[in-house]
Amino acid sequence: MMLSVEQFLTLGAILFCIGLFGALTKRNIIIVLVSVELMLTAVNINLLTFARYGLTPSINGQIFTLFVMTIAAAEVAVGLAILIALYRNRNTSDVRDQDLMKW
Amino acid sequence: MFSGLVITGQTVAFFLIALFLIACGVMLLSMKKVIYMAISIGGVFIGAAAIYILLEADFLAFAQVLVYAGAITIMLLFAIMLTKHEEMERPAVLTAHPVWATIGTAGLGLIVLWVVKFSNIKWPQATPDSPFQGQDNVKLIGEALFSQYVIPFELVSVVLIVALVGAITLANKEEKK
Repeated sequence: MMLSVEQFLTLGAILFCIGLFGALTKRNIIIVLVSVELMLTAVNINLLTFARYGLTPSINGQIFTLFVMTIAAAEVAVGLAILIALYRNRNTSDVRDQDLMKW
Repeated sequence: MFSGLVITGQTVAFFLIALFLIACGVMLLSMKKVIYMAISIGGVFIGAAAIYILLEADFLAFAQVLVYAGAITIMLLFAIMLTKHEEMERPAVLTAHPVWATIGTAGLGLIVLWVVKFSNIKWPQATPDSPFQGQDNVKLIGEALFSQYVIPFELVSVVLIVALVGAITLANKEEKK
């Protein structure tokens, strides 16, 4: 008996929950962004698991992971640019102070 | 969970890497200084690359090391140094918000673990012989990317270039009038 799908899915679930908790509770914007990246990594592990061990193993899961990584890189770039612009204007990097779009 | 699990090099490697990944994730949550948090996420990305190699996605493992552990971690460190680089995460005040976050996260985790482990879903069984046996991973990805997925590939490159140009425009200092 080798490694099964369940073990990889469990690891993905644990990583996703760590990332979700960080995104919900941390105060620094950069750490919130990092937590979102952690959640995306957990999703990537699940995609690759089903690409390797799924009902019909194929390369499609790896292609989707590639797209997720590209979009994640774009997301981090835009997120950090917004952070730097906000920091220049408001001199804080706390999520709770960023209420420009709150009504 | 461990029924029928034979100790091979693969399983030992999996559990060691999983331990490393979860330890880095917990460090990310528990560190005091923001810069240490950003460094511990680098450990998570490298561990995830090792998991990708176990899943026989070699190309993505190297892409993960290059893109995440290289570029994104360095970019995060630069952003931290450009803002308050000595900042400490303030000690958590016990308000309703973190309590609800804990309850929600733990609830989601329990639901997912129940679905994975105890709900008698028949997950596909792992086959000992790899579906990608004897084939070049890079070649497989390239062929799929430039035949079946050529339109999404072009779109994603447009998205990437627009996002990066937009990021430069956003972070650019406005000229004094």
